[in-house]
Amino acid sequence: MTDVPEPAASPPDARHSAGGLRVTVDLNLCQAYAQCCYAAPDHFVLKGREALHYDPAPSAGARDDIERARIACPVQAIRVEDAGAARR
Amino acid sequence: MSDAETRVVVVGASLAGLRGAEALREAGYAGALTIVGAEPHRPYDRPPLSKAVLTGEVAADATTLPNLVALEADWRLGAPATHLDRTRRLLTLASGKTLPYDRLLIATGASARPWRDSAQAAFRGVHTLRGRDEAEALRRDLAAGPGHVLIIGGGFIGCEVAAACRTLGLPVTLAETGPTLLARVLGQHLGAVVGALHERLGTTLRSGVKVEALEDDGTGRVVRARLEDGSVIAADVVVVALGAVRNTAWLEGSGLAFDAGGIDCDAQGYVLDAADAPDPRIAAAGDVARFPHPLYPGRRIALEHWGHAVAQGRHAGRLLAGLAPEPYRDVPAFWSSQGGITLKSVGLTEGADGFCIARGSLKEGRFLAVYGREGRCIAAVAFDCARWLPAYADLIAEGAPFPPEPTGVDAGPFTVLPPDFPEPARKDRS
Repeated sequence: MTDVPEPAASPPDARHSAGGLRVTVDLNLCQAYAQCCYAAPDHFVLKGREALHYDPAPSAGARDDIERARIACPVQAIRVEDAGAARR
Repeated sequence: MSDAETRVVVVGASLAGLRGAEALREAGYAGALTIVGAEPHRPYDRPPLSKAVLTGEVAADATTLPNLVALEADWRLGAPATHLDRTRRLLTLASGKTLPYDRLLIATGASARPWRDSAQAAFRGVHTLRGRDEAEALRRDLAAGPGHVLIIGGGFIGCEVAAACRTLGLPVTLAETGPTLLARVLGQHLGAVVGALHERLGTTLRSGVKVEALEDDGTGRVVRARLEDGSVIAADVVVVALGAVRNTAWLEGSGLAFDAGGIDCDAQGYVLDAADAPDPRIAAAGDVARFPHPLYPGRRIALEHWGHAVAQGRHAGRLLAGLAPEPYRDVPAFWSSQGGITLKSVGLTEGADGFCIARGSLKEGRFLAVYGREGRCIAAVAFDCARWLPAYADLIAEGAPFPPEPTGVDAGPFTVLPPDFPEPARKDRS
């Protein structure tokens, strides 16, 4: 039973099959140190004093930048996963 | 019963449902797992829907949440649950299919409260905002460059949508029945601070007004709203932002204790039946769960917070895996981002009898307010002041005396002011 997907299940969208990433930031934890914005300026931007805007679905090519941002976060608020991994 | 014979069903392909399913697997559960979702989508992240999705920065379908662990789940998406038979332990889906369960996690969340007149609610250009498809529909209408946007309701969603409209350069009016924006959560004093922010951004505020009716152009497209005083506001896009109702109607006939405010749970997280007895096969988590919180005795609360969906979802997953975790007692916390200002809160302000500005000042637009009740700290709200918040979360968790003791870095002594909540206070509108 666990092996048979419901026909109504949505197909994985293009972002998944393209081997992209999924990024979530726990904005309860975020304290706007902006280290991610320096590590990966194309994917994390601080607007105003503390409003972090980020790309939740970067391409696979951004992996190194995103990983640098994740490690740089002083409060470890960034989670990164392969979009295609662990989908089932 | 061994895992091999056990069937766990998660109702709600939501943040709470997903994190609950993950916690179940992490706790070692190896049996069958089915995840049922009313929408056709995998679980997605809601906070961007009222912010970056509306401005077009983030695509609605980019909000799909990552699985943090392998689930090996049978996903039933686009398949709303319609009935729960606890005697036979059967869940019925809209298709008529039934799913047997041994343990059930209810994480069906909430829906936007609809406009009270269903014919007017169906006018083209009238929106509510809760789900991903609703956000995409509103984004499309905003991107088309409407002449005027009217937002009905000055809560967090209304405020965030107004800020997104101003980012897009759209003329927008925000109509609120209360005396200020966010008055039920922050009180009028700080609600006025939020109101001033939105006026600076260029939003027209109409406080203390009630929208009586939406009117169309004769072809079913909304063109204006008529207020109770007879005046009209022209609008070709209307966003109804009047809070949420919990998705519990499918529990009719289940014998469980529920209403539009949530499903009642005990301190462990098990759902209660109409006689207040827990059903040890069924847990609930997230928006839909109304539970007793040790910090806020004497009532049950249902929280619409992102972090709560994660934490209580994980708690429920461990519970259903048989780990018997400690009663759930995470301090409520949420954030909102409006026009470049980040507002963060810990604890619950409801029932506060005073507040004080403990850090910063209203004048510099960067401050932290602590709310107290009967001499104890119960909540703290930070405006662009996030780094101070964790220290105050600790005071709230401890039930520390209010006003807080000035410490080495506090400005003290503090002036305690009345928060000025409007009457009657409505519950759990955070």
